[in-house]
Amino acid sequence: MSARLRPKTLHTVAIIVPVLLFLLADNGLSLEVNGEVSVQGLIFLENGAWPHQANQVLSGAGRIQLFHELQENLHLSLEAFQRIDSEDTERSHGDLRLAEAIYFTDAMEIHVGIGRVFWGATEFVHLVDIINQTDQVEAIDGEEKLGQPMLHLTVPRDWGVVEAFVLPWFRERPFPGENGRFRTPLPVSTEQATYESAAGQHHTDLAIRYSTILGNADIGLYYFNGTARNPVLLLSQSTGLSPFLFPYYEQIGQTGLDLQMTAGNWLLKAESYYRTGQSRSYAATTFGFEYTLVGIADSMMDLGLIGEYVYDDRDDGWLPSIYQNDIMGGLRLAVNDMDDSSILLGIIHDLPHGSTMLAVEASRRLGDSVRINLDASFFFDMDKMDPAASLSRDDSIQLELIWYW
Amino acid sequence: MNFFTLGKTLLSTSLFVFLSFPVHCAHAETAEERGLAIFMEADKRDEGFGDYTANMTMTLKNKQGKESTRRIRSKTLEVQGDGDKSLSIFDTPRDVKGTAFLSFSHKKGDDEQWLYLPALKRVKRINSRNKSGSFMGSEFAYEDIASQEVEKYTYRFLREEEYNEKPCYVVESYPVDKKNSGYTKRISWLDTDEYRLLKVEFYDRKKSLLKTLSIHEYQQYLDRYWRADRMSMLNHQTGKSTTLSWDNYSFRTGLTDKDFNSTSLKRVR
Repeated sequence: MSARLRPKTLHTVAIIVPVLLFLLADNGLSLEVNGEVSVQGLIFLENGAWPHQANQVLSGAGRIQLFHELQENLHLSLEAFQRIDSEDTERSHGDLRLAEAIYFTDAMEIHVGIGRVFWGATEFVHLVDIINQTDQVEAIDGEEKLGQPMLHLTVPRDWGVVEAFVLPWFRERPFPGENGRFRTPLPVSTEQATYESAAGQHHTDLAIRYSTILGNADIGLYYFNGTARNPVLLLSQSTGLSPFLFPYYEQIGQTGLDLQMTAGNWLLKAESYYRTGQSRSYAATTFGFEYTLVGIADSMMDLGLIGEYVYDDRDDGWLPSIYQNDIMGGLRLAVNDMDDSSILLGIIHDLPHGSTMLAVEASRRLGDSVRINLDASFFFDMDKMDPAASLSRDDSIQLELIWYW
Repeated sequence: MNFFTLGKTLLSTSLFVFLSFPVHCAHAETAEERGLAIFMEADKRDEGFGDYTANMTMTLKNKQGKESTRRIRSKTLEVQGDGDKSLSIFDTPRDVKGTAFLSFSHKKGDDEQWLYLPALKRVKRINSRNKSGSFMGSEFAYEDIASQEVEKYTYRFLREEEYNEKPCYVVESYPVDKKNSGYTKRISWLDTDEYRLLKVEFYDRKKSLLKTLSIHEYQQYLDRYWRADRMSMLNHQTGKSTTLSWDNYSFRTGLTDKDFNSTSLKRVR
């Protein structure tokens, strides 16, 4: 198994999937198949800051989801994804997002295979979500994740839910290639990844989580022990080779907490973690609110106001993070029309450096099964000391059409 | 989005034909007491259903006649001494397929609500106080489809009159949570035989008529519980309407609390 699905693996998947489909259909078993096909056009308003970066990108992606109920309490689920990008070979990538069997009784639930788990509460930064690796080339917001091989046991009780995870294989983070945008000044060579653990990608990571509902609050508390999902990027300067960055994955212990609660008309959210193992221990936290104005201006439209703050105590410059001391604001307009039109406006402002990122996302349905998304991101006053400074010339507008079938 | 509780209490029922007696004969009963008694009787007649599942098609229609539909499956569990638990799963539009809405309604205090987003495998808590907001772009507000617990309103009996050739009680009701409701009052028509809700008029914050809900084609289940096959909500101010059509009602399917927790929410299909 390779870290990322190489074309050969994809071909295998492409052959196996229809065969499986056929066999299941032939046996008269119920199989649910659906998916999506999308095209994306991306235009950058300036030339890239680094050589070879493209200004216009066209890409297409496909996703297939299979679901089969073997028995009432034994489900099989598969989801495969593939993108082809006109410019960046690293962004042309495929991934088996899901390939799992789920068995459950009233007392417990077991997932075996490649799965996806989300932990967290806030809207802008996802600090505590750690089980799945971030698919960095798919989306810069960190919400796209790679499938993670796991054994996942869930025990729901009246006093809360206990979950245990055994993660036997590590997924490396994909990074944009030399032609890609939204990247570090030097490209990251993922092939040169190194590990603190001698076991490398074979290191078995473990996690345990407890979550419960207390009054108006949903609370989750976990401990994770294993390979950090976000690597340290190190500089390689061998003679005769152009310099490049390579990922170094350390072993960490992380205690995380997430909270979402209602307080009157407010929704309050918070995430925090404390991490050991990356030379010095540190903590990070993000918290904020969401408040919805219902039926604004005598219309059916709702306007959500979001305010959040993130702090990372590596603020001293050691191992810098993009989100070290930032304030975020968002407006989410839900038109509540037939086409579920919505507009999201988000601003992230770095307090010590003054750098500001602005994102606009507009979306609506076209007919019954097509959605059109218009996204734009702009970067202002990017301070050279800010780790996000390498994005300063990546102002862009993206149009995407997704057909669901 | 407690569609089924809309089924449950908005549309109440009975097989005890003689039961209008206690409502009628009380002496010196005020209009408020009589209104409350009618709604308590309607509620009482729907007690004991246990649980049920059903499928719903929601059709939105604008002034020009353009239509759009959503398919939703729903599960409801009766909770002794409190509001119902319900789970709604969206099958279409396809871009929201698999999205699920979990709601615990309460007789007192705010309901608890969560939304499950399948693409992110994320469970988000929702603030139930946004009750006047539109549900899925429809003419139904969250408060219309939420569990209609008797305690959430105060009542006043107006009169008896015929509606659709059935003798009816006409009762005004006022939301207890005046601050967050989109209505100043509702006027409800319940038939005197079965205490089924046949029509509701909704008055907005400016006290003008906003919407009318008409409820049709009641069917009786387990020889006792009445559920409507069709409901239409017309917005008089915008000319838009939304129709809900139900099929595949199935009662006492064996649902328990365990079918309405965060673990089961994450594996809904």
